[in-house]
Amino acid sequence: MKVFVCIKQVPDTTRVDIDPETMTLKRTGIETKINPFDLYAIETAVKLKEAHQARITAISMGPPQTEAAIRESYMLGVDEGILLTDRSFAGADVLATAYALSQGILSQGLPDVIICGRQTTDGDTGQVGPEIAEFLDIPHVAYVRSIIEADDKGLTVEMDMPETIEVVRIKYPCLITVEKGIFQPRLPSFKLKLATRNRPVKLLTLADLPDSQPEKYGLKGSPTQVLKVFPPEVSSDQEVWQGSSEELAEKLHAKLKDLKFL
Amino acid sequence: MKFNAVKPEDIQYLGSIVGKENLVAGDDIHEDFSHDELGDLKKFPEILVYPKNSEEVAEIVRFANQKCIPVTPRGQGTGLVGASVALHGGIMLSTARMNRILELDEENLTLTVEPGVLLMEIAAFVEEHDLFYPPDPGEKSASIGGNINTNAGGMRAVKYGVTRDYVRGLEVVLPNGDITWFGGKIVKNSSGYSLKDLIVGSEGTLGIVTRAILRLLPRPAKAISLLVPFPDLERAIETVPLIIQSKAVPTAIEYMERAVIENSEDFLGKKFPDSSSDAYLLLTFDGHSREDIEKDYEKVAHICLNKGALDILISDTQERQDMIWSARGAFLEAIKASTTEMDECDVVVPRNRVAEFVKFTKVVEAEESLRIRSFGHAGDGNLHVYLLRDELSKEEFNKRLHKSFLRFYQKAKELGGQVSGEHGIGFAKRPFLEDVSGSIQLDLMRQIKRAFDPNNILNPGKVV
Repeated sequence: MKVFVCIKQVPDTTRVDIDPETMTLKRTGIETKINPFDLYAIETAVKLKEAHQARITAISMGPPQTEAAIRESYMLGVDEGILLTDRSFAGADVLATAYALSQGILSQGLPDVIICGRQTTDGDTGQVGPEIAEFLDIPHVAYVRSIIEADDKGLTVEMDMPETIEVVRIKYPCLITVEKGIFQPRLPSFKLKLATRNRPVKLLTLADLPDSQPEKYGLKGSPTQVLKVFPPEVSSDQEVWQGSSEELAEKLHAKLKDLKFL
Repeated sequence: MKFNAVKPEDIQYLGSIVGKENLVAGDDIHEDFSHDELGDLKKFPEILVYPKNSEEVAEIVRFANQKCIPVTPRGQGTGLVGASVALHGGIMLSTARMNRILELDEENLTLTVEPGVLLMEIAAFVEEHDLFYPPDPGEKSASIGGNINTNAGGMRAVKYGVTRDYVRGLEVVLPNGDITWFGGKIVKNSSGYSLKDLIVGSEGTLGIVTRAILRLLPRPAKAISLLVPFPDLERAIETVPLIIQSKAVPTAIEYMERAVIENSEDFLGKKFPDSSSDAYLLLTFDGHSREDIEKDYEKVAHICLNKGALDILISDTQERQDMIWSARGAFLEAIKASTTEMDECDVVVPRNRVAEFVKFTKVVEAEESLRIRSFGHAGDGNLHVYLLRDELSKEEFNKRLHKSFLRFYQKAKELGGQVSGEHGIGFAKRPFLEDVSGSIQLDLMRQIKRAFDPNNILNPGKVV
């Protein structure tokens, strides 16, 4: 089985400054990490590998320092890594990102399964996964919360919808985006760090992609323009209640239900 | 010890000090205030008061001293040795409403707080200012006042020391009602006996802490933990002295066993990130950058691998740290939830004797037929050993418990250790203190107690 995992390097902080010129996140000089949702995707791939002897390729797009994220994926059990890095990929929105990743995957030959996290912690759109599948014209299921079966023809998965759980059968080649909690992500292994120290990361530039027209990528290939980025307003409304423990518990329960926390 | 009961006119008078809304008397006192976190020792105070400042505390204590009514100071009641239980009834003085952070002095790197501020509030507040208060006891909802009174050190003692090392000054109400400062915003002090250090760890028997000046450090930019699975506990713990010998300075070295991790998984409903082994060491390193820390930990990682570690798992992001440390933080509650009743022993031994002591707990477990779980600070020699009642009758449990305790404390003494590393003596460990520390020390302690509190009204029946 051949498995691709799409990963993204995101800032490892909740305090991020926004560049007022470009309206994008300032990424220089801050700690980075693998998008936490992608760790579930990697873990899902590693579980498939343990059960079906899959070969896992991690693919990412970003500046050269994104190599650190690929190296970390090696410490989690990923076998090879590809980094799409080229100035013409910069400033990409979800569509241009998904197109670049789909081309990167295509350049290596379609795998059986592509796994993505359900969303990123910095962009939060949850769209890149399904868009990659659309560009590749393969079936896809989002919000997968468990894999019931993986055989030589395809996957049977549970899709977590707001009100229902749908059991879906999907044939290879396919793409799934996985929910937090599908598996507990493992921690990076120091032994694997030592063992993969000299393992290369394959770099792909625009010229290496099947479709190498620059206007399809980066800022030029992005129909979405960010006008303004700002932190959401924090509500500091307070209510003070008095009463017996039972009354307060009732009231709190009703309020939480009202606010749809329950 | 002869104390007077709290009379209706006393309640009235105390009400005039703190205000009626800050006073609870008799049957209205919630059951929570009759015990601490361990819960075996149960005794209600006659009256519970919530003073709001040092002057009110002083007036209450002065009044109690005149009337010969015992006063039991209380923080959040998260202690484990009965120190905050009103053994002789009387007045329980809660510091819960003295919970303001008074001053952050960035020129002296100090934080002045009232005793009711919670440890987690201090941690969050200083982090906001890019500063760091190193003591880190497992119980984050404990109050700083209670913490100072037990001198609990917590998880970072290996590198940073214990609470005492971060208390610069204390405002204390003495048993006669005098308000005085010990220490201050000063770094050095050779001016007579260090009474400040006598108050730290005194478990509310010498005075009531009403303000504390804490020492802060610049915040290390990053912390990385290593979770190290070993084939068995013995090999895990035997590695610790080698790590210390290597001159690496982790902030924490904790040991944990599969059974305790499983208790914690059940308790929290969250999976631990690894299940490959029965025994783990958990080490944390902090520093200015990932690269610096990686250099530090590589040496230790190789020591662990040479001693037979199965792997070294790296926790380097907030999500990963939360996963591991929330499990670690829940161990006590999780073990408690797995049994009917328990008692604990928090002996401290020299760091190169930890393995020997842990082995000994297994011997006692088998020989006394008592389920025993342990985890703890392997890096500072402080062990938390829990003795669990399960289905035993109360009487049988107490019998086996007492025998096991005697053996543990005897062993600790043999190894050059002490009764308590951080939970204190309180009521529960009193019988063992003299055995281990000896009568010369106990006599001195009793004389100190008399010098501070001749009428024995402050937390009587505790420590000495």
